[in-house]
Amino acid sequence: MKQLVILSGKGGTGKTTVAAALAHLASQELPIVLADADVDAANLELVLDPVKREEHDFMSGQVAVIDAERCIACGICAEVCRFDAVTSLPHPRAQGGGGEVYQVDALACEGCASCFYQCPEEAIGMQEQHAGRWFRSDSRFGPLFHAHLFAGQENSGKLVTLVKQQGRLLASDTGAELLLVDGPPGIGCPVISASAGADMALHVVEPTVSGVHDLERIMGTTDHFGVPSLVVINKADLNMARSKEIVAFCAGRRVEVVGRIPYDTVVTEAMVQGQPVTAYTDGRVTEASREIWSRIKGRLLAEQAAKKGRQR
Amino acid sequence: MIITIASGKGGTGKTTIATSLALSLAAESPLFLDCDVEEPNVALFLKPTIEERREVGQMIPEVNLDKCTYCGRCAEVCQYNAIAVVGDKVLVFPELCHGCGSCSLNCPTEAIHEVLNVTGTMERGSNGSVEFGQGTLNVGEPMAVPIIRQLKQWVIPPDHGNRAIILDASPGTACPVVESMSGADFVLMVTEPTPFGLHDLRLAVQVARDELGLPVGVVVNRDGVGDRGVDDYCAAKDIPILLRIPLDRRIAEAYSEGTPLVEVLPEYRERFQALYADIEKLVRDTKGATQ
Repeated sequence: MKQLVILSGKGGTGKTTVAAALAHLASQELPIVLADADVDAANLELVLDPVKREEHDFMSGQVAVIDAERCIACGICAEVCRFDAVTSLPHPRAQGGGGEVYQVDALACEGCASCFYQCPEEAIGMQEQHAGRWFRSDSRFGPLFHAHLFAGQENSGKLVTLVKQQGRLLASDTGAELLLVDGPPGIGCPVISASAGADMALHVVEPTVSGVHDLERIMGTTDHFGVPSLVVINKADLNMARSKEIVAFCAGRRVEVVGRIPYDTVVTEAMVQGQPVTAYTDGRVTEASREIWSRIKGRLLAEQAAKKGRQR
Repeated sequence: MIITIASGKGGTGKTTIATSLALSLAAESPLFLDCDVEEPNVALFLKPTIEERREVGQMIPEVNLDKCTYCGRCAEVCQYNAIAVVGDKVLVFPELCHGCGSCSLNCPTEAIHEVLNVTGTMERGSNGSVEFGQGTLNVGEPMAVPIIRQLKQWVIPPDHGNRAIILDASPGTACPVVESMSGADFVLMVTEPTPFGLHDLRLAVQVARDELGLPVGVVVNRDGVGDRGVDDYCAAKDIPILLRIPLDRRIAEAYSEGTPLVEVLPEYRERFQALYADIEKLVRDTKGATQ
């Protein structure tokens, strides 16, 4: 089983559009499993029409809770907290000066438990957080694992890892040949989790100064973790000079540009209809997507053959 | 007044709106912070001259083995498995450490002190009309939040009075976005009128308005594409739509070259000034209502 992760660095360059198109095309040829690794803003489900089969709570991280009965308002918790999560308010029943109530801001708290250990009155407890949910669904192109991290929660990396692990397990149980992972934007912790163990990363880049700048950083990240790169230029005709710059940059890095998707409003139309663009129309975007899938398939299988060769 | 620009979904035009807003507010001595430390792009548009640069990161434990008794208390109190005692070795995993300092506070022999683990840089400067600060996470490092937190502390003056302070957040709704919103007076959401835009806008509103209790307003970018979902949602949730920018290939092409919207379409300056005045009014109204 091969694992392909779709990334971009910069947000909104078309990761999910490309992922949905590849899911559609790949599923016509191979059994696949899908994982949406953008757990704070999961969009793949909007175009795959999934039916939820399983729903699980994601418990992770913790926050400190102060027991007002035991608290003597010594203020040590606020002193040791490095995250400005402990705040004090004047006690509502205080008579002229003196008396404070200490509270923990659950959003700011990083669950380090430093206050828990330092509180002389043992007035602080650590409470596990219900940080999100994850789902196994059946989509029109194969099983889909996806998740929702609750607003403002931490540990998105852990949830990404969980979603991917579940996808891998099912893929190996059912003999699926491809695990397609739609990644999050950025280069930080959820991206690192989404890329871990991938056989290949497909970077979706747009021909803008920001796109070029961000491509360097995301490719630096996948290189750092030893994941080989492929590149797709989306909205390639928006700025031909920048597109050429991307091609030259990739050539310098010996990274294959597997395709160029033209700027076309059908992409948005398809999204509004809740369809992958390849299922919505047969136009030039679909044509480009077919070419991209065939090149990716070639590369993934070539890697597989090379690996087998080495094993012999 | 501190305004954070957010969106949920990436690529909706946060940077386009944020830079043009700042460039239209010369009278308010604007200060701009690029808080998308994973992929900072604002400097490509504002083209500031960088005057000062600092390494940034977080404090991680360093163990003095002469004092260490290998009791394992540090590993026991660490909630992130960032420190481990194995035989007569103490291993520190900097990429897991949150810099909370609990291990050093709990060490019975005071064998732990903290040292800076550099994970990025902070820079500040100006382009003549906009004062500017940005953070950059080093490639391969996971944690964006400490850089955003320190950037804010470094660049935002404690007494900023009437200055217009604009923070450009990263996409998403997780901890880096919360850090970029916290302490703001207003969150301006830039969205596009598509199902993806709407889906992620809802999540971003949940963070800003429901969790952080901040007033929010919306800019609809690429107005005219997609469907009516965003309009209907904003009407139902009583969220003001403060500006609409039509889909215009000139804006997209200017963006692709790093040219701010108000430079290619200067007639938008007045609209951004009006947007700022509207935000000021909304903030005043909110503060009036809570007092």
